[in-house]
Amino acid sequence: MSILDSKIPQGPLAEKWTKHKATIKVVSPANKRKLEIIVVGTGLGGASAAASLAELGYKVKAFCYQDSPRRAHSIAAQGGINAAKNYQNDNDSVFRLFYDTIKGGDYRAREANVYRLAEVSPNIIDQCVAQGVPFGREYGGLLDNRSFGGVLVSRTFYARGQTGQQLLIGAYQALNRQIAKGAVEMYNRHEMLDVVKIDGKARGIIARDLVTGKIKRFGAHAVVVATGGYGNVFFLSTNAMGSNGSAAWQCYKKGAVMANPCFVQIHPTCIPVHGDQQSKLTLMSESLRNDGRVWVPKKKEDAVKLQKGEIGPNDIADEDRDFYLERRYPSYGNLVPRDVASRAAKERCDAGFGVNAEGKAVFLDFKYSIERLGKDVITARYGNLFQMYEKITDTDPYKEPMMIYPAIHYSMGGTWVDYNLMTTVPGLYSIGEANFSDHGANRLGASALMQGLADGYFVLPYTIGDYLADEIMTPKTDVNAKEFAEAEKAVTDRIEKLFNIKGSKPVDYFHKKLGHIMWEYVGMARNAEGLKTAIKEIQEVRAEFWKDVKIPGELDNLNPELEKAGRVADFFDIGELMARDALDRNESCGGHFRLESATEEGEAKRNDEQFTYVSCWEYKGEGNEPVLHKEDLVFENVKLTQRSYK
Amino acid sequence: MADKILKQLKIKVWRQKNAKSKGRFETYTIENISTGSSFLEMMDILNNDLIEKGIDPIAFDHDCREGICGTCSLYINGRPHGPDTEVTTCQLHMRKFKDGETITIEPWRARAFPVIKDLVVDRSAFDKILQAGGFVSVNTGGVPDANAIPVAREDAEESMDAAACIGCGACVAACKNSSAMLFVSAKVSHLAKLPQGKVEAKTRAMSMVAKMDELGFGGCTNTRACEAECPKSISIMNIARLNREYLKARLSR
Repeated sequence: MSILDSKIPQGPLAEKWTKHKATIKVVSPANKRKLEIIVVGTGLGGASAAASLAELGYKVKAFCYQDSPRRAHSIAAQGGINAAKNYQNDNDSVFRLFYDTIKGGDYRAREANVYRLAEVSPNIIDQCVAQGVPFGREYGGLLDNRSFGGVLVSRTFYARGQTGQQLLIGAYQALNRQIAKGAVEMYNRHEMLDVVKIDGKARGIIARDLVTGKIKRFGAHAVVVATGGYGNVFFLSTNAMGSNGSAAWQCYKKGAVMANPCFVQIHPTCIPVHGDQQSKLTLMSESLRNDGRVWVPKKKEDAVKLQKGEIGPNDIADEDRDFYLERRYPSYGNLVPRDVASRAAKERCDAGFGVNAEGKAVFLDFKYSIERLGKDVITARYGNLFQMYEKITDTDPYKEPMMIYPAIHYSMGGTWVDYNLMTTVPGLYSIGEANFSDHGANRLGASALMQGLADGYFVLPYTIGDYLADEIMTPKTDVNAKEFAEAEKAVTDRIEKLFNIKGSKPVDYFHKKLGHIMWEYVGMARNAEGLKTAIKEIQEVRAEFWKDVKIPGELDNLNPELEKAGRVADFFDIGELMARDALDRNESCGGHFRLESATEEGEAKRNDEQFTYVSCWEYKGEGNEPVLHKEDLVFENVKLTQRSYK
Repeated sequence: MADKILKQLKIKVWRQKNAKSKGRFETYTIENISTGSSFLEMMDILNNDLIEKGIDPIAFDHDCREGICGTCSLYINGRPHGPDTEVTTCQLHMRKFKDGETITIEPWRARAFPVIKDLVVDRSAFDKILQAGGFVSVNTGGVPDANAIPVAREDAEESMDAAACIGCGACVAACKNSSAMLFVSAKVSHLAKLPQGKVEAKTRAMSMVAKMDELGFGGCTNTRACEAECPKSISIMNIARLNREYLKARLSR
């Protein structure tokens, strides 16, 4: 018998959510006051969920590792948020957004979840406007839209190049309002280190107060994990320095199945790596591809000269430029989805046409749109991004094209959840990037913000009631219970074990080594041999880490190295599971590209007969191999076709 | 433009074990830093050096490293976020420094931002100010269609100018009075400029200013240091707007 019950409602696609809402249980206001919910993470998913649950009357405790909930990494999203408003009268609809998302995800997401996401998307924009999010507007006072990759309509709402920031501030304001009312207890600078189960149900967490080092117990009737993705397993990524997969990993170890861990997104437009001193990669918004043209030289000798710094991009005539996206994908051109754009850049660079000293960059050129629209229009659209680019690279993108290269950006994989967003542990929920549910094997641009807010504002607040309605007689969780004591002891033991290794090398040394393995073998192109090598090498570096890591400072004080060590320790395990999952999935789909499964033209080739399933990994204890369960994906409303953007 | 190597730098940095202990400056030497590296990458390299030498690394706040989360907060050579304009510390690059230079790094200094450790300060006072009224009082659901109320483009743009604040605290660190007026006025303007936020504009201004005073921030004497150092170029026009809102609120009481 499968441990996976997706609880997808019966009936026609467009009626599933409405019908589901009408049939699930509701908790009375008097009972909501007695029920406590823990929300871990305060990005778009966590902040919107915590605020909305508190508004409903639940008692909420919210946690973030940052010094303020406003700093969660959703804030760094630049380009926009999708919604099926059809304000542009360009024939957009809920179905079209659903279809684009399913297709963009290369048919590896659940129809029902994605349809619901599209269905609630218009409400998100309404909500954000009501909160005072200053979206970009037309002169007539109505909301403006832009286009994004993988889509033929304009449905992306934006606030300059800071959409994530403005949406997060909206959710943070809503959260602040509930904190002021006493409906949310906020714990800043606290990191969740374990989830506590009593009688099989999630009933609390163990967290470390990052300032005092104190290990604390928190009880509740349900736990919501909204802790984002695990892209930092690659060391270099566009994630924040503190972004980590540890909370989700602890859930996994407590029985929450992990889904599609090998599906990570490689974003095509990041500032290329320079030298070997780098700690972090910076994203340049995908929205830039609306007005920028991607190219490399046609002639190899020009590329070589560029690499040596003998000529600049403006020395190459238009007819000697290879606009390879427009050449290969005439209908979508520069707006192909991220996975396609990333692979195409890698293909050109691997063929020797890269344009920086390392040969690992392509140009994103605004010359043509500046000629067409004028500099002022481009400044109004992307001014802050251009400024950011210039500060980092010391090059003026108004005069010279930007250099970009793909980098790790987003985790489509994550904790498995059912239609109610509950994991395989009763009472434990996962929302936003932390879960696997909506993006399949590739996420479309401007859809992460949509999903985080959909889950937090409009899905979880309803579905969690269905579970909590049966918990109204459950008394307040006793944090003195033996399960809490055991979990606390396990957390303390692990911290002490790490701290007492007192080896010779800092955490970063090991993290970088892991990152190299991941990028080399579990990055943009994967094959069976490489993945097996990755698993072996990860195990070796992990063993070295547990013997030789050096953690300075004190346990009972602010200690960023200790925090990092715990996260990196989990990254080894996550990395290994990613490689294992990628090895199992011997097909190419979305961001997951197996060299063994490509068309003659080098495009990704899915294998629907064998792999139309969600890979769900169940933890079986330390040192044991995890067990793979499969959730078959059923498509009743779209026809599976080989994705084409030509 | 091509990156060069800074052979040696001296880093004079504030060390303070915890909130209760007394701090002091320590000087460390660091070698071979690329001018293309960011300031915080230099700090990462320095910290890994220190760890290998058995010295406690320097604690500093940082997260997104893209200039948007507002976490990084270093006072470098006498300026919040250092010697570049319109950048956060994480976007500051080493090409702004010379080989052999001594770089002085301190935490934000303000009574309302007590030091936690080394260069890390407690900015929860900013959260508290916003909790006092920096929001629109609407619940999730039951709101009108997003296009139901047109908003003049200039108003939306001005609102966005103010909403660009990242809450880093550079304005407070730059101000000789440790005033939070730029921060508070940015939030008041962001919301007051929009019809959705206008409804509560007066009470918002009153309660946020009261909370700011209560938390120990100083008053504004119009030195404009905040505006000069703000990484997001938030204008002091917002302070004038806040004063207007505040005055209106007081007069209408």
